[in-house]
Amino acid sequence: MEPTLILAIATMGGLGLFFAAGLAIADKKLAVEDNPFVVKINEVLPGVNCGACGKAGCYDFAVNVAEGTASVTGCPVGGSDTAKEIAMIMGVEAADSEVKTIPRILCKGGNSEAVNKMVDYYGPLSCSAMEIVSGGEKQCLYGCLGAGDCVDACPFDALVMNDNGIPEVVPDLCTSCGICVKSCPRDIIEMHPIDQTVFVFCKNQDDPKTAKEVCNVSCIACGICARKSDGGIEIINNVGVINYSLLDDTKIPFEKCKSGAIQKIDLELDLGIKMKKN
Amino acid sequence: MEIILIFLSSAIVNNFVLAYFLGICPFVGVSSKLSSAFSMGMATTFVMVITAIVTWLIYNLILVPYHLEFLQYVSFILVIASLVQFVEMFVKKVSQPLYRALGIFLPLITTNCAILGLALFIVLKEYSFIEGIFYGIGAGVGFTMAIAIMAGIREEIELADVPKAFRGAPITMIIAGILALAFMGFAGMISV
Repeated sequence: MEPTLILAIATMGGLGLFFAAGLAIADKKLAVEDNPFVVKINEVLPGVNCGACGKAGCYDFAVNVAEGTASVTGCPVGGSDTAKEIAMIMGVEAADSEVKTIPRILCKGGNSEAVNKMVDYYGPLSCSAMEIVSGGEKQCLYGCLGAGDCVDACPFDALVMNDNGIPEVVPDLCTSCGICVKSCPRDIIEMHPIDQTVFVFCKNQDDPKTAKEVCNVSCIACGICARKSDGGIEIINNVGVINYSLLDDTKIPFEKCKSGAIQKIDLELDLGIKMKKN
Repeated sequence: MEIILIFLSSAIVNNFVLAYFLGICPFVGVSSKLSSAFSMGMATTFVMVITAIVTWLIYNLILVPYHLEFLQYVSFILVIASLVQFVEMFVKKVSQPLYRALGIFLPLITTNCAILGLALFIVLKEYSFIEGIFYGIGAGVGFTMAIAIMAGIREEIELADVPKAFRGAPITMIIAGILALAFMGFAGMISV
């Protein structure tokens, strides 16, 4: 063999051996013990780091579960499937989680119902900016601003803006993380169990006259629904507020509501889903 | 004097990222947050300086005497890969959050062309040992500076009302281009 070849092989072999030895020593000195539970839990988590669990991210949540400071059912995005898998890893029973919740947009005052101001809004198309600057184009100070901060905030594309300028939820994509609720500067998005059907679709606290002037579908605080509800509905600050623990929706005269602010929605029509009959 | 010039040359005038366009991948990939961008810059600087030292030693003490210069690419890559492995272990030991923030970009320092480029430039420019070290420090500082400036701008851009079509990657590319343009203004000021 040529001497150069031997030298080359020896050099590379020697260098390789030298670095391998160095790394082997470093590996021992700098060894970090991974908690096997954390790694496994992290694998079954959705991995979108949305923060809906209240932790800094999926990995942080996994660490907390492994250390026992977070519940195995703490991930609302993964739902019951993920909870079961985590429970299996941790060796505990997962209680059957509750009914899925989805966000409800409690305003029906879209572009065709709400009355606009006499002036146009020019500025960043963002609800939070509109809320700070001038309250957007609509006269109503409580309704949907329609710039879609919630649509942008949703990490799962489960919200879409409809033609009327009001966001709609796509239940199949929604993971109940609740990020849209926080993104709305007017707090008109609320999380409700998916089988909940009665809502007051208005947050307007103006006096009845003003409320009627600014929007065709506002609650005018007439109180017809409240009187018949046996405490299920109360008029607070000029708007109907439902107490779901006392609500009996057979008593509510939905057809008497002039503006249609309180509605019993048809789940099949509204969400395109069939509810299981118990 | 020569050493200071070499340092300034590799850090600013011939900045590896903005003048030579080496190491663009982490420059765009890890520059969304200032803190992790700075840590990335530090990790890369560390690897660069050690690479400059070790590759100089290997080249001048082993490869040149035995006329094995053709092995420079293979042996340099070996050095870089080992060093990055070491840095990865070290970061994982010292700071788990940083380890996860850097993610795949930490092992990818191995394939960061700025580092192989550094080792090859030192050979090409026939630097002495001390000059080589300062060239490495300069290159690392330059990389850190570039990625930190980029991250700072991108943090501000987050709050700006960027036209929809330019959000995300496009505006990042434009910023990188303008930054490079600015650094081109130094071209030719030092020719070392």
